[in-house]
Formats: sequence, structure tokens, C-alpha cells
Amino acid sequence: MNDLPLGMLLAGILATAAPLIIAALGETITERAGVINLSLDGSMLLAAMVGFMVGYETQSFLLAFAAAAAVGALVAGVVAVFGIYLGQLQVAVGFALTLMCRDLAYFLGNPYSRLQGPQLVPLKIPLLGDIPLVGPVLFQQPLVVYFGLLLVPAVWWYLYRTGRGLELRAVGENPEAAYTRGIDPRRQQLLYTLIGGALVGIAGAAYSLDIKPGWGRPQGIEGLGWIALAIVIFGGWHPVKVALGALLFAFLQVFGITLQSVWPSIPAQVFQVAPFPLMIFALVLVNLLQRDGVQRWLERRPGLALLLARLRGAPPRALGRSFHPD
Amino acid sequence: MQIELRQISKRFGRFEALKGIDLTVASGTIHGIVGENGAGKSTLMKILTGYLGRSAGHILLDGREVACDSPASAAREGIGMLYQEPQDFPPLTVLDNFIVGRDGPGDANRARQRRRLRELADRVHFHLDPDAPLQQLTVGERQQLEFLRLLGREARVLILDEPTTGISDRQKGLLFEALRRIRDDGRTILLVSHKLEDVEALCDRVTVLRQGRVSGEESAPFHLPRLLQLMFEAPEGTAPPAAVPTRSRRHRPGEPILRFDRVSAPGERTGLHHCSLTIHRGEVVGLAGLSGSGQGLFLRLAAALIDAREGEVRFHGRRLGSDDHRAFRRSGGSFLPADRLEEGLIPGFTIQDHFALADGIPARRARQRARQAIERFDIRGRPDTPAEALSGGNQQRLLLSLIPEQADLILLENPSRGLDVASAEWVWGHLRGQYAQRGAIVFSSAELDEILAIADRVLVFHEGRVVRDLSGDAIDYHQVAAAMTGH
Amino acid sequence: MKPVLRPAIDGLLILVLVFLFTSALLLLVDTSPVEAYGHLLRGSFGSWSKFSRVLNVWVPLTLCSMGLLYAFRAGLWNIGVEGQMVLGAIGATAVLNGGLGSDTPLLWLGLALLAGMLLGALWALLAGWLKVWGGVHEIFTGLGLNFVAVGLVLWLIFGPWKRPGIASMSGTQPFPRELWFPTLEGWRVSPFAIGLALLVVLLSLWLLQRSRFGLELKAVGQNPRAVPLYGLSPVRYMLIAITLSGALAGLAGTLQVSGVYHRLIPAISSGYGYLGLLVVMLANFRLLPIPFIALFFAALNVGSIQLPMMMQLDSSLSGVIQGACVLSALLVFGLRRLQRRSP
Repeated sequence: MNDLPLGMLLAGILATAAPLIIAALGETITERAGVINLSLDGSMLLAAMVGFMVGYETQSFLLAFAAAAAVGALVAGVVAVFGIYLGQLQVAVGFALTLMCRDLAYFLGNPYSRLQGPQLVPLKIPLLGDIPLVGPVLFQQPLVVYFGLLLVPAVWWYLYRTGRGLELRAVGENPEAAYTRGIDPRRQQLLYTLIGGALVGIAGAAYSLDIKPGWGRPQGIEGLGWIALAIVIFGGWHPVKVALGALLFAFLQVFGITLQSVWPSIPAQVFQVAPFPLMIFALVLVNLLQRDGVQRWLERRPGLALLLARLRGAPPRALGRSFHPD
Repeated sequence: MQIELRQISKRFGRFEALKGIDLTVASGTIHGIVGENGAGKSTLMKILTGYLGRSAGHILLDGREVACDSPASAAREGIGMLYQEPQDFPPLTVLDNFIVGRDGPGDANRARQRRRLRELADRVHFHLDPDAPLQQLTVGERQQLEFLRLLGREARVLILDEPTTGISDRQKGLLFEALRRIRDDGRTILLVSHKLEDVEALCDRVTVLRQGRVSGEESAPFHLPRLLQLMFEAPEGTAPPAAVPTRSRRHRPGEPILRFDRVSAPGERTGLHHCSLTIHRGEVVGLAGLSGSGQGLFLRLAAALIDAREGEVRFHGRRLGSDDHRAFRRSGGSFLPADRLEEGLIPGFTIQDHFALADGIPARRARQRARQAIERFDIRGRPDTPAEALSGGNQQRLLLSLIPEQADLILLENPSRGLDVASAEWVWGHLRGQYAQRGAIVFSSAELDEILAIADRVLVFHEGRVVRDLSGDAIDYHQVAAAMTGH
Repeated sequence: MKPVLRPAIDGLLILVLVFLFTSALLLLVDTSPVEAYGHLLRGSFGSWSKFSRVLNVWVPLTLCSMGLLYAFRAGLWNIGVEGQMVLGAIGATAVLNGGLGSDTPLLWLGLALLAGMLLGALWALLAGWLKVWGGVHEIFTGLGLNFVAVGLVLWLIFGPWKRPGIASMSGTQPFPRELWFPTLEGWRVSPFAIGLALLVVLLSLWLLQRSRFGLELKAVGQNPRAVPLYGLSPVRYMLIAITLSGALAGLAGTLQVSGVYHRLIPAISSGYGYLGLLVVMLANFRLLPIPFIALFFAALNVGSIQLPMMMQLDSSLSGVIQGACVLSALLVFGLRRLQRRSP
């Protein structure tokens, strides 16, 4: 039963999606608080390198992931301090960091290139792991996969069911109003940018210690940070929809690899870029749904409208705009 | 709680907004702060709540000096403020908006907070659905919610900044009743307004501000001419503002300029529904209505800035294409938005740049044009002054000076917003003198008084529909006010 | 402090910060900073041959940065320059393929320039159109299209334009000398390319700083909500700006094919599009500093090439320094801003 290609495929999709889910949820938290951390593509790579390096030197996964989280938070902290307190464009800071962290990762990681390092082994959950089909897919996965899957309800619950989550969303919508109500929006934004960055860091280490174990130049995860950013928009800044977006992307990636075995003459790189036009198409679709004309067309198709209404999501109103008290 | 402000000063760059204000408010009273636009009322209140830092001065509550250097610290002292622009979170629900905040006792237990909201609402006879998204509420309802929230936070000092702008008479009545009730509970209320009728109806005592100074204090019952004198009396040696040319109630409209034929469009809060009407040459048309009842949409549709969903708009008999503001301008139309710096001027561009941009002329000629305009329109600035450095009144003058001389349809959104009385009079004097004969003027205003004083035809908007079209002698305050609120 | 002095002091401050950061980093990996800087300097300015290589990088970097400036003026983040450059290279290669064996090679080179600019412009227009019509932020369309462009180039190299024999990452079959941009003895850069880049700088200087179009473009970037009142269509100006941006990137791509590599390779854009963004940021979105910053960045890129061989360091040190420059600049600008707010 365990060798069923379907089961393998599903398990592969889940494993591919897990780091993306973690990174995209981290960014969701950050953006919901009104800060856009564009540095994901670089900070994930840097965290992957640091995670691998620490894991290689200490043979401790705990330290490796902690170091990666710290790196992610540090980079995010630069975005936050430059953007929130120094009034610089968050997008500009983030982009500069994207490139710099990538090069920093290659530069510092050079001695660790192509070394055999530690790798997370799948953790089989007793009993549940033995259920046919479901077991191997859901309950025989590396730890990061469980972490990613549990993170989805946790973030949802925090955002929508706690007072602090409500404050987080309020700050992202209107920091001025939050300020009049005795909340320090800049401190909140700093905090959630750091938390989001730490998650991005964990996602990076999830690659170098699990999904694509090892370190090298190129690492093979270049571009995934951008995908995570796009998934946040695609998911309408809602944790559950963001996670579904990550799963969809992982499905396309795994599906692409499968397709390649059908047409071996086409280079692998072509299949690797396939999700990108799809991502653009999806973003266009999400946006078109907000259009007046499309809305009217949908009014006559209530079933479809109900389905598509779930896809819509508005960005936090203060996203990327820094607040300055007098 | 007794409030004492001592020698409060505030500078914004070189501009001195407050010049040593002394003010004492007795506990358990409603104290009015009046003055014309720009007198410093809002600035003073924002300093008391810690939203703005003060350049100098002390704040004492019941004789004890307090910091009040942030909204959080003012809230700890029991000071809460209802801002002129609602400070809330439109995408969140009413209940969420009620819960958010660290400015007083409160907790995140939704069930308890829901009960609390209901109790407070019942006490002052407000009706709000806790689960409605805030963006579906009117400005008045959003104010009611914020008011309830401040009550729930047990604010002992309540500051209300222009709370009657843009709300219906009924909402105003409810609010005043609630204010009297909580005053009788022993709380202190500061009411900022430039409407003397509100102050008269409510306040025990009034402080008048003029140009950043206290110009006088009066106790109820108030003597109206005395208050007006304190508010407006020009310093010795300056000429009184030019009088607005009086309108003739019996106007004879010329040929049609602008025609709406069953026009509908989405947007604002209410959208615009099946609007059909014609504007003629020689008319000065006022658009009345609660804020966001379709007036803004009407103006933007007329200016071809947005598209009609149904129906058609014709300007000089020509149907304007989609987003064809360019053609609208070429055919003699001009539109001045309410958000002057956001929608009308280009930040970072100088006065001269604006002329170069508007007239498509080279820098040297633009400089010349800017000089002429500065003189003719009395703009306080130089050709190389950036637009954002101009005061609100001067920004409006700049926008007016950019209107081509041969224009014959002038659309204005809240043209006197943020202007003091003298500036507003100047604006209207200019507009009437320049364009009323040759073309038509259509304007919206949040002030019914302004519409009644200026317009010789009034269109009343309610919930996205034109519910009254009154001309000449038929224009009547009570009828317009009633129609605005749906009666 | 005299206001004239302020930019100079800020510039110095930025350099000191970058120097401190980079030196600390080099010490961290047990390397002598002096030695590393020496290699960087000798590697870029050590000989005419090396400096002409720097100029070879300077040309496309300046062209991309200039293009980016047009987009920024209209308020757009044209992150897709990278892909637009690739498309320019593809266009040029397609034309030059047609010119093989022709006896009018100059005509074909001219056509290649046009085709490169056209394809780059169209690729940019696609991103612009997706923004104004589809409402997708140009950062995401730009990036997506960059990846697609890379896929396209790989497919061409491994498919239709495969080298006789085996397809490989080393690219297509090199063009014969007649189809190279003319160069001089001992030069690794075509003087023609340098001339083109200088021409673009001068033209942009006039177009962006002096012309009415420049003023209108700036107005659109400053306040797209207000410009309709001046009879300008923000959508149109955004599309024009991003198209110009793409055309210049396409030009850069063309020069990479016909003046540098003389064939199409997978990494034909060499990351100059992304690097151009850093150049423009460091220039604080002003035109005049761009050619000079581009020269500095180009020298870093070329100088770092020999680091792996000479010092066992990864050549990405140049990227680290470039990033540190921009971050230091943002830090200094930010502190200045803070200083202004609380005098």
C-alpha cells in the first residue's frame, strides 16, 4: 500500500509545500500588521545556509533551526527598523536585502559547499502512521511538515480569535487610529515583522536540512521566496487560503517533475518556470474578481459567485506605509 | 475632573499654531471651544490627548501635573477623544472596533464585550448591529460607536471635535441628549465646534480661540454677537472681507450645458441611482446631502473621471467617453476635488511646475504665469514654493488659478473645506464674478448654510438618489434638511 | 553645515560604513581585508584590458539603470528589467541568426539593435499591461516574467538554436566576427557600445530633466490620482515609461550578445537588471550619479572575479559590498530624515 504512486505524490506535495507554508504564513503575519518584508528570497537562502552550517558544526537540529530563525528575524528587523523608524521605503530596503543576503549566503557558505550534513528523518507518528494511504501521507513526515501544518490553525486562531490578533489586524488597517487608542503601532509592527522573519528563517532551514538537504551555489531554492510573497497575495492575506495557495504551488511543482518524465527532450528548467506564469494568471484572476463588470456578470451566477467570493481578499490598508507619530 | 492648561504652545516648523493658551475647565461641565477654521482648536485638543506633542506648557488634572505625551498616557489619566475624522478600522466589524484599544479597562472576551456594547447603546438610545462591517455604517453611526467605546473605557474627560459635521439632525439630537446625560453623571466634556448653534444648545461655558490665542471666555446664556465678535473681529486697520455678491433667487437659466440621463454608478457608500437632470448656463447649483450620499460620484461622473454603469452623461451635447476627463477639460469643464493635496495638486511640484503642467508651457512662461496668478489670486507663496508647503486656503487659490479663463462648467467638491470665513468669501466672490454669468457652477458642501447662502438651485442627495430639486424661492432650510435625512 | 557639503559628508559616511562592514566580514572568514581590497582594485583597474572589461559591465548596467529611472519616475518598480534584457538578447540573436553569411553585416547588426529593443519593450509592456489591466503589482509580474524569460532562453539554447552536435549550458554557436560590434585592437569593449550608453545618458538627461514629457512623467509618479485633472492619463504614462525602460534593457541585452559574448548564453543578463535597481537606489533616484555608481559597481563585479582563484573566496563578495552600499545609504538617508523631524 505504501508504494502507491498516489500516496507518494501526495506525500511529496505536502513535503514540498511545508516550508512554503511556513514562510508564507510568516509573511502573512508581517503584512497583516502593515509591513511588507520583501527580503524573503534572500533571507530564506541565508537562513538555509546558517541552518546548515550550525547543523553541520553542532549536529543539533534544535540549534540549527534556532539559528536560522534568528537570522530570519535579524533580516526582518532591518526592514522594520529602516522602514518603520527611519522612514525608508520598505520595498527598497527589502529588495536591497534580498540581493545582499543571497550573496552573503554564497560568500559565507562557500566552505560548507557540497558537504554531507545532517538531514531530518521522517517522524512516524505511532498508530496514525499505520493507517493505509492517509498514514504515509500525513503521519510519516519530517518534523517541519507537522510544524507547517499545525501553524495554519495556530495563525488563524491568533489572528481571528485573540485580542492581540485583533490588535495586529487593527494596526495593519489604520495605525493612526490604533495610536489614538493607546496602542504603539510601531512596536507592534516591529514585533510581528520579527516573528514573521523568524518563521521565514525556519522555512529556509527546512530546505537545507530536509527538503533539499545540503548547501551549494546554487542552492536550488532561489526564487521560492518570491513565490512565497506571491502566495500571500494569492491567499488574500488569510492564513488558510495562503496555505492552500502553497499547496497548489507545490502540486504544480511536483506535477511538473512528473511531466518531465513524459517529455524528456524538454529541459527541466522549462518545467521549473511553469508555475510562474500560472502565479501571474492567478493574481490577475484574483484581481479581476474585484472588477465591477465581473461582479455584475457573477451576480447572475450565484453559485460561481459564492465560490469565487472565497478567493477575494483585500490587502491591509496601511500595507507598506510607515506610521510616524508627531 | 478639572482640567487646567497652562501656557500651551505649538509650533509646526516656522508656523506658530498655538501661542500660550491658558484654559481651565470645571469638573462636570460641557465646555465649548469655538473659533474659525485654523484658530487652533483641533491642535489644542490633540495636545491634550497626547496625539500631538506640545512645544511648551503644562497640563494639570485636578491640580496635579500630568504628562499626556501620548494617547496612551492621556488615556491612563481618563482622557478620551472623538476625532473629527473617525479613527477606526472600516474593514473590521462593529464589535471588533468596539474591542480594539488599550485606552482603558477592557477585555477581549467577545461575549462580554457584546453585552457591554448593547448595554451602553441602550443607555443612550443608539442602535448598532455588532456584526456589521464598519464600512457599511454612516459617518454618524461610526461616531456613535466611537462615543460608546469611550464611555465603555470609562473616560472621565471626553473631547469631541466637530461631532455634528456630516450627521443627520436625528443623530445630532441623540448625541446631544447622551452628552447631557453623561455630564450629569459627573464627567467633563470638551466640545469643539465652529457651529454656534451647537454650542448654544449644549455648553455651560465657552472659550473662544483666534489665531492661536484665547480671545475671550463666556458663560451661558451666551450673547451671540459677543461670541461672533470674539471669533471674527479683525485686528485694527484691516479691511473687512469683501461681501459675497447677492444672488437673485429668480434666475433665468440659459441653454443646457450638462445632462444626466438615468445615470447609475457604483461607489462611495451608497452609489448613484438613476440620476436624470440638466444643468443650464447661468446656474449656481448646490449639492446637499449627508457626506457620501452620491454627491462626490455625481461630480466625478460629470467630470468624466469615472464611468457610468448605466445611462449617459452629456456635456455640451457630447457624450463623453470612458475616463475622458481630457475631453471634458477641452470642452470647457473644470473639477476641483475636496482632497486638494491628494487629488488636485502634485506634492513636490512648485506653483510654477503646476502651471507648466496644466498649460503645457515651458518653464520660463510658466514662471511668468505663476507670478501673475500669485498676484491676482493673492497666493501666499513664490513661484518655486512646493504645493505641500502652502496652507489649505492657498492650495485652493492655486487650484482656482489653474482653471482656464474660458471654462464654463466649474465642478467643486467642498470648496470651502478647511478655509476660514474670509478665504471662503474670497473664493465665492471670485467664482461668482468669473464664471456664474458665462457658465454654470456646481458644488457640494458639508455645510448646509453655505449651500443655502450661495446656490440658486439645490439638489438634495439621499442614499445615492436626488430626492429634491429646488430652485429660487422654493429653497427652504427645513425642507432641504428634512430631505437630506430621508423625510 | 553648508547645504552643499551635506551630500559629500553623507557620501563619505556611507563609504566608511561599507568599509567597516566589509572589513569585519573579511576578518570573520579569516582573510586580510587589505589583500582582498588589493585584489579587487588590481582586478578592475590593474590594466587596460581589465578596465575595458569593467567598461563592458558598465555599459549594460548603465543602460538598465537609466531604463529603471524612467519607470521609477512614473512610480513603477520595474523589477522585470532582468527578463527584458534576456528578451532583448533573444531578439538580437534571432536577427543575427538571419544575418549569417550575409554581405551586409552592419545592416544586420542595426536590425539586431532594433529587434532587441523592440522585444525588451514588448516584454516590459506585458508587465505594464498586467499591472494596469490585471491589477497585479509590477514587482510580481516582473519577477514572474523574469523566470519565464530564463525558461525561454534555456528552451531556445537546448532546442531550436541548439549547437551542432550537443546542446550545452555554454550557449549557442558563436557568431562569426563580421557580426560582432566593431572594436579596436586590445579592447575588450566595443567603443560603439560605450558611445551608445553615453548617448542614452545624455538623451535621458534632456528628456527627464528638461522636457515637458519628463515633467508629466514625474507628475504621474508623484500623484497618479491628481494627474487626470491635468488631462494626463496615468495609465498611458506608466505604459510609456515601462516600455522605454524595457527598450533600454533590451538594448543592453543586444549588446551582451553582439558585443560581449557573441552568442546567446543562459546567463546572458548576468543579473545586471537586479543590480541596476541597487544602482538607482544608491543614486537616490537621481540621474547624474548613476553612470558613476554604475562604474563603481562594475569595477567590483570585475575585480571580484579572481577572488576564488587568488584567495579561495566566493566572488559574491562584490554583491555583498554593493548591498552594503545601498543599505548604508538608506541608513544615512533615514538618519538625516530623523534629524530633520526633530531639530
